[in-house]
Amino acid sequence: MEQAKKKQLVVIGGGPAGLAAALAARKNGVQDLLILERDEQLGGILNQCIHNGFGLHTFHEELTGPEYAARYIEQIEHEKIDYLLNTMVIDLDDKKNITFINQNGVQRIQAQAVILAMGCRERPRGALNIPGYRPAGIYCAGTAQKLVNIDGLMPGKNVVILGSGDIGLIMARRMRLEGANVHAVVEIMPYSGGLKRNIVQCLDDFDIPLKLSHTITNIEGKERVKKVTIAKVDKDRHPISGTEETIECDTLLLSCGLIPENELSEKACIQIHDITHGPIVDESLETNVEGIFACGNVLHVHDLVDFVSREAEHAGIKAAQYVLNTLPKKETEIEIETKGVVRYCVPAKIDPKRMDDLQVIRFRVGKVLKDGAIYVWADDRCIFHRQKKILTPGEMEQVILKKKDVEYAKTIRIESEEM
Amino acid sequence: MKVDVLIIGAGVSGSAIARELAKTKADVLVMEKESDVCSQTSKANSGIVHAGYDAKPNTLKAKLNVKGNAMMKKLSEELSFDYAQIGSLVLCFEEEGRKTIRALFDQGQANGVVGLEIWEKEQILAHEPNVNCDVVCALYAPSAGIVCPFGLNIALAENAADNGVCFHFDEPVASIRKTEDGWLVNGAYETKYIVNAAGVYADQVHQLVFKDSFTITPRKGQYFLLDHEAKDLTSTVLFQLPTKLGKGVLVTPTVHENILIGPTAEDIENKEDTTTSQDGLEQIRRKAFRTLSDIPYDHVITSFSGLRAVSDRNDFIIERCGKGWIDVAGIESPGLTSAPAIGEMVAQMIVEDLSLKPDPDYLPFRQGFSSCRKLSPEQWNALIEKDPAYGVIVCRCETITEGEIKEACSRSIPATSVDGIKRRVRPGMGKCQGGFCLPKVMDILQKANRVSADQIRKANPGSEYIVAENKEGI
Repeated sequence: MEQAKKKQLVVIGGGPAGLAAALAARKNGVQDLLILERDEQLGGILNQCIHNGFGLHTFHEELTGPEYAARYIEQIEHEKIDYLLNTMVIDLDDKKNITFINQNGVQRIQAQAVILAMGCRERPRGALNIPGYRPAGIYCAGTAQKLVNIDGLMPGKNVVILGSGDIGLIMARRMRLEGANVHAVVEIMPYSGGLKRNIVQCLDDFDIPLKLSHTITNIEGKERVKKVTIAKVDKDRHPISGTEETIECDTLLLSCGLIPENELSEKACIQIHDITHGPIVDESLETNVEGIFACGNVLHVHDLVDFVSREAEHAGIKAAQYVLNTLPKKETEIEIETKGVVRYCVPAKIDPKRMDDLQVIRFRVGKVLKDGAIYVWADDRCIFHRQKKILTPGEMEQVILKKKDVEYAKTIRIESEEM
Repeated sequence: MKVDVLIIGAGVSGSAIARELAKTKADVLVMEKESDVCSQTSKANSGIVHAGYDAKPNTLKAKLNVKGNAMMKKLSEELSFDYAQIGSLVLCFEEEGRKTIRALFDQGQANGVVGLEIWEKEQILAHEPNVNCDVVCALYAPSAGIVCPFGLNIALAENAADNGVCFHFDEPVASIRKTEDGWLVNGAYETKYIVNAAGVYADQVHQLVFKDSFTITPRKGQYFLLDHEAKDLTSTVLFQLPTKLGKGVLVTPTVHENILIGPTAEDIENKEDTTTSQDGLEQIRRKAFRTLSDIPYDHVITSFSGLRAVSDRNDFIIERCGKGWIDVAGIESPGLTSAPAIGEMVAQMIVEDLSLKPDPDYLPFRQGFSSCRKLSPEQWNALIEKDPAYGVIVCRCETITEGEIKEACSRSIPATSVDGIKRRVRPGMGKCQGGFCLPKVMDILQKANRVSADQIRKANPGSEYIVAENKEGI
């Protein structure tokens, strides 16, 4: 095998996060830069998201997924940033040695810095332990989206959707528009995991019922799905006997959560957060392995691509500073404490000396709060306070910290509670 | 069509018999009601190569188990399937279980199992530190191991096919009529000899011609399969000593570095009922807790169930029934382990009955699939140079290339369904369970078989994935 080539920066993944990170790195002075993308084109999952609603924050207009991706791809081409398609990274170590494979063979790169932007995958039926048969007709919602939107093929005509994540909601509408009957979206939690606007535009507008606090307790059909049984669940999410009803259908779509794809990160000895399942990063979005940064859905699952792009830009800028030796060394890191209904925050720690004047902290709450409030404390000082009519697990929140507020702090805490 | 021997069932027993008969000059046909080999009992089991201490001495189970175990290594080399002799422990968690462990040891000795030892707590925990520390003692069997159940079955069948055995799929046996010198099956196949290796349906096949002499009850076993992250849980097959509370469940590594936990044991009526249930899965968790209190169930990638073919005779049924007929029935555990020995035994009976001559052209070796992820970069590059499809990763979870999938489509028994591909070369076996690779695998199957997307099936007819093109029928 050939000797490992050297690169200043390698971005693993050419989806929205990878593209924005690469562009930001280039604009901040990184010349020797390469994107490795496993699919046959850049753009990642955006390519199959043909609905609109992308780009409201970034471009102040409503774009489809492919349009949003195209805006970045054009800039990548314009900046003459190198990329390899149909290329899969199969190994990464903590010395930033990257092994990848494509039709030209197995190759190695020794990178000075790496940005992880591999995205996430859907939680499959197997991981959900839904009892019953295992026939054809059970798809992750994103798989169905690929079949319908890219291949022009209908994976079913009578559909039940389990889980009200955004992809499930979008696919409810999509299947209906392509001529399928969508009987119900079944959600085990008492609230939807998706964005409010998707519930209105994808379910309400098409009279598709959303059955909250329900789950699927059986799947029938030996070769192809014939029917599913749904039941109400109690507060511990156990099915309540006597509430079962069966729905005849040929298809079950699953939209039950996304899991960051961190198999490579783990090979590189990167510490993974128990809740986000993404790398634990600091204010520079740098992992515990110096020079490896992470952004986008591999870091934590986002709702809006606009926020992915922004986060990725931050990672790109910081990686550029690292490569150009202008990123200060880590000194004292403060772990950001989360309290109340705040489940996690990204970054999970900051180095007040290293941070920019303004630092975005993104987080999610663990339950629906009506008339909620968000507080950030530096030691015993409240440095941020905002009231919100509604806080829900399906919508990511963010706060912006000022360097001057936390520069001399020993502890930082984010909390959220009902007023 | 006219043959010498017709084997009903392309499970592991039928395929092992077919491979042994391929060594003779007999014309052999295997008829299978499903669309592929290894589609029922043989596909969903623990994948254990048992040592042979479980069965009573002098039973067929005892004899064929010990013999099958001894044959497995050489067979895995000839046929290139995944097998590892990792040893097993029967764990005893109560002082009063000691004498049962001792009895198993003695029974194993009587059956001819080599290398058995009784281990005390310290030795067990030194070997398997995750085992619950209230373990008392265990029976250690170094000859036990694990095998890929699909790999073994497919390898046997492919080698049989490579040597001229014919396989017909989607062909259930509906009628069998006695003729002057043999049998007429489904009105189309004339044969001198029938081997009834029909798994859970062996009793029904038998009854097409003969009076009842045995019944087969499907015994359902449900399982959890855990992802590679959990692989360090154990490196040995961990059984539990049966107690008055029941048989217990096993926790074992698989040859593909997963962890398998199960099975339940539920006698059922419906021979097609491969459902999993909430109760069954909870039962496994409860029982496995006895062995390992810290099983990471968040790494479960799938749960499934299989049916064991349990006869009412408490032993394998391998016997002639009149002229030109052998029943191979009730092949429950340790059937997978015994398969090579069953193949040899049954073939020998037929060789005698039909005075079959050996085939000097028989080739015992089969080339396995190119398992790219196990290759060195140099070896992998050599493959890519031959066919760039080996540089295209289709299944990212298990690192499977398009080249491997194309291989599976072009063997002597080609994969014709997504499940067939999955059992041969493993795309979709990983944590995303085909979420990403399903459309790609469907595409490769389409091209390989020159069919349209709506003809691509998960397994049997009726399991098509695509029902229409977009907007069709609006």
